Amino acid sequence: MSEIKEEIMIRAKGLRKTYGDFVAVDGIDFEVKKGESFGLLGPNGAGKSTTMRMIASTSLRSGGELEILGKDPNHFGPEIRAHLGVVPQQDNLDRELKVWENLMTYGRFFGLKGKWLKAKVDELLEFAQLEEKRNTKTDELSGGMKRRLTIARGLVNEPEIFMLDEPTTGLDPQARHILWDRLFRLKELGVTLVITTHYMDEAEQLCDRLVVMDKGKIMAEGSPAALIKQYSSKEVLEVRFGSENNKSASEKLKGVGDRLEVLPDRILVYSEDGEKALEQITKMGLHPITSLVRRSSLEDVFLRLTGRTLVD
Amino acid sequence: MSLINTGIDTAISIAERRSGKLGSALSAGRPQAVFLRNVYALKSSNWLVVLSGFVEPVFYLLAFGYGLGTLIGNIALPDGTLVPYAAYIAPALLATSAMNGAIYDSTWNVFFKMHFGKIYQAMLSTSLGPLDVAMGEIGWALARGFVYALGFMAVVTPMGLIPSWWGLLAIPAAVLIAFGFASIGMGVTSYLKNFHQMDWVNFVMLPMFLFSGTFYSLSVYPDWLRICIESLPLYQAIAMIRGFTLGVIDGALVGHILYFVVMIVLGLTFTTRRLRSLFLK
Repeated sequence: MSEIKEEIMIRAKGLRKTYGDFVAVDGIDFEVKKGESFGLLGPNGAGKSTTMRMIASTSLRSGGELEILGKDPNHFGPEIRAHLGVVPQQDNLDRELKVWENLMTYGRFFGLKGKWLKAKVDELLEFAQLEEKRNTKTDELSGGMKRRLTIARGLVNEPEIFMLDEPTTGLDPQARHILWDRLFRLKELGVTLVITTHYMDEAEQLCDRLVVMDKGKIMAEGSPAALIKQYSSKEVLEVRFGSENNKSASEKLKGVGDRLEVLPDRILVYSEDGEKALEQITKMGLHPITSLVRRSSLEDVFLRLTGRTLVD
Repeated sequence: MSLINTGIDTAISIAERRSGKLGSALSAGRPQAVFLRNVYALKSSNWLVVLSGFVEPVFYLLAFGYGLGTLIGNIALPDGTLVPYAAYIAPALLATSAMNGAIYDSTWNVFFKMHFGKIYQAMLSTSLGPLDVAMGEIGWALARGFVYALGFMAVVTPMGLIPSWWGLLAIPAAVLIAFGFASIGMGVTSYLKNFHQMDWVNFVMLPMFLFSGTFYSLSVYPDWLRICIESLPLYQAIAMIRGFTLGVIDGALVGHILYFVVMIVLGLTFTTRRLRSLFLK
């Protein structure tokens, strides 16, 4: 990535958003560089979508500083949005229009015209693999097709920053992989990506750098690998002694690995070498019903930082 | 996919040309893009619904003007001229259909686009501003009002219901009326949260239609009620169009026109403010 100029696309400092007494975003700082793929992770209600809307210049901030391409979205909304492509969490395609008309009218909203726009629409239909559906009304498309069309629509103005709010939620694995492939291609073209997601594998696949948000604050920041290194161990050993015995077994396991986490159904042993930890346990005379050694993932980091309690 | 444009007009260069100009935070100066979206939507919409806006006043005219009108006979204008009952109510029906069309577009259609279609959300994530959306939608309501007025006039003129040449001005007058109602209607819709509340709009519209001098002169009312009714926009609309079609040109017309000019200015200010606070929250 060294050939990419260190141009700052988005800069937030002490960024805040409140709705009455409720603090949605509580003073966050971050920067996104040109060509970077930046992820916002966090449980529901962490403030990801609110942050996305403020960057997209469709929500005015309550405090702090925000600059997109060096401009303040409070004063240059329409101008900044000309540089952005936005894929909202829920598809908001125009249901009264056909597939190609959706792209065409969206292009017109940016003031794009004539031959250039027509060619662009054809190109995007190909990119989204929707050429055969061009005259179909969007209501009749499958979930994956709608998502691809929403993504294609967001590209009609050739954005420099492409923002996707949970792009693959609700899609089947095939559709997800097609989308990832499309996003990789955009990244190769130098488009800056800003992505929110619930899926840790998606974040590991797509993001160069990410922040983990919880309750409106940034809990951690770094590349997926660096975050795993900092907040988890290299490997995780999962052992099960049966739900009744897990607790008593965990007492004896103290000292094994770097850290233990006791869950109702299993015990997680965070360790640099999972097999070694398992050996240690067997030597202690303990015999788990099942055991599994796996690499530590972003999910472990995420759960450690944001807790395991359910957020609604 | 090329990221480097060979053409001159990229979305960015288009936006930058507007930069720093008056109102550039509220508008990209492109309401026609919003209008065009509606043209596309119309092509694939249900034509019967579109047609109903034109047919409705014609049905009223046939039922009341000709059906009931035979029992009523002629109506005497203040200057003593006698006109057939159908010619008396035709301008009122035109004014009402201009109002209904504008209100329908700016309430039901706007409500749907706002809450279910999320059309405005999509528009405002492009370089359009809230003022573009408001002007585009209101412009659409006007175009519709214009076409309906044209159609209605095309039907009633051959029937001899437009005795004066001044009647031609009824068409721009209908557009002015539609503008007034549409500019307020969109702002009002922004406050509505569910379909139940939408019924309140009808609750206001229907009595206004029945009692604003549509079918009879306001002289039947006691003074206090007459003054109340005269201050309502539909009465102003009916009086304006009736003045033109029957050729009663006097100073009162200027008052009616001014009434709508003020209504438009207030409505636009109100609606743009509402849209801004609604979409940029």
